[in-house]
Amino acid sequence: METAAEHGSVIECRGVWYHADGGPPRAQPQRRALVSDLSLQVQGGETLILLGRSGSGKTTTLKLINRLLEPTSGEVLVEGRRTTDWDPICLRRRIGYVIQEVGLFPHFTIARNVGLVPSLEGWEAPRVQARVQEMLRLVGLDPGQFAPRRPHELSGGQRQRVGVARALAADPPILLMDEPFGALDPVTRAELQQEFRQLAARLGKTIVFVTHDVREALLLGTRIALLAGGKLVAVHPAKEFLRGPEAEVKEFVRALGAGDAALDPKPETENP
Amino acid sequence: MNAFDFLIRNRAEVLQLTLEHLLLVARAMVLAIPLGVLLGIALTRHKALRQWILGAANVIQTVPSLALFGFLIPVPLIGGIGDRTAIVALTLYALLPIIRNTFAGIAGVDRAVAEAARGMGMTEGQVLRQVEIPLALGVILAGIRVATVISVGVATIAAAIGAGGLGMYIFRGVAMVNNQVILAGAIPAAILAVLADVSLGWAERRLTAR
Repeated sequence: METAAEHGSVIECRGVWYHADGGPPRAQPQRRALVSDLSLQVQGGETLILLGRSGSGKTTTLKLINRLLEPTSGEVLVEGRRTTDWDPICLRRRIGYVIQEVGLFPHFTIARNVGLVPSLEGWEAPRVQARVQEMLRLVGLDPGQFAPRRPHELSGGQRQRVGVARALAADPPILLMDEPFGALDPVTRAELQQEFRQLAARLGKTIVFVTHDVREALLLGTRIALLAGGKLVAVHPAKEFLRGPEAEVKEFVRALGAGDAALDPKPETENP
Repeated sequence: MNAFDFLIRNRAEVLQLTLEHLLLVARAMVLAIPLGVLLGIALTRHKALRQWILGAANVIQTVPSLALFGFLIPVPLIGGIGDRTAIVALTLYALLPIIRNTFAGIAGVDRAVAEAARGMGMTEGQVLRQVEIPLALGVILAGIRVATVISVGVATIAAAIGAGGLGMYIFRGVAMVNNQVILAGAIPAAILAVLADVSLGWAERRLTAR
């Protein structure tokens, strides 16, 4: 990963614009930009949170990183190389991808779901199998019990664990997570957040994590990038996010609610 | 003399016409299944093709089958009197349900699943073969079943352009104003349709068993 080290960042967005229907931005000037002029760096080993309301461009940004979408203008670099210069298949196999709906293959067993990318990469069957067992244990699922089952036999929390195991299976250096815990009940969510925090610290992956939940952002993030209307509004270390001076940051902090007075440093009075 | 006596007395001919009938349908399906499935897949990949191909298949479906057989006779290469023309007509008729179901089946695959597959670095071919087609298989097979059953019925008209099959008895019976002869064609044709439906339904359940 010399290129990344040289570059100082594993993922970098430089003046990225994205318009829904593609093509040059001048073709239809009144078209709404889903991402506008986004510049952002993600350092190796950090967890960068993309925080924002629905429609703020978080998911679009994530898809620009694994080239499910290509920027209308500007460039996205992964490990120092433009995503458009990467072979998209190679690029995506270096990037684990977890989405809210999980997207487990309903016609595959859990074992085959988790072992998918290693199999696509041509690993031999015994190695894939060993890896599947290791990954299931890593996310707290007993391989003997879960490997032969189908996704519909699992609970939402268990499915999401499998989603994480699947994303980690080929040991990708980068992980993209799109509201992975968003559809879970609060207790399961809190449980998975805690486990994920420990896992992230242990594995040292570069993670980009999308959420609209400030609490989750504060808990899991190294840094938090706030998006609004497709624009990057603020980037702060997670510890300093609550004191961010930007109006949009304050809005989010206020949304934490009166019940969190202990967490909330009353940003109104802190205004210099 | 009732229709069953007629069937039993002429069993050799009935058997031969039934076989002809089956062969007509089988040969048409051998063409229509791969063509329909491929076109259905093409529709999921190219939006621009959708209205053209579905439109064309719909128009073909609205042409009365007897007229379609007639129209094809003067067409060079595929036309003429005989079973080749009949097979082309049956194939055209069978296409719509297969195309439509293949398209609907693949388009109906959970978007999150297809997106996860792409996001994990599956090639388009792998997404299609390992994810979309297996998940759409039940719907695709249902389309093939409908197309086959329709073909068994439509194939009775093939006799009108000299392609043989059980339609021979039906047309002959109509000309002779003889219900027994009509039934001698209609009953085996109905049985064939039911058998095709039941056996393909069984295959469908076997192949999509979870």
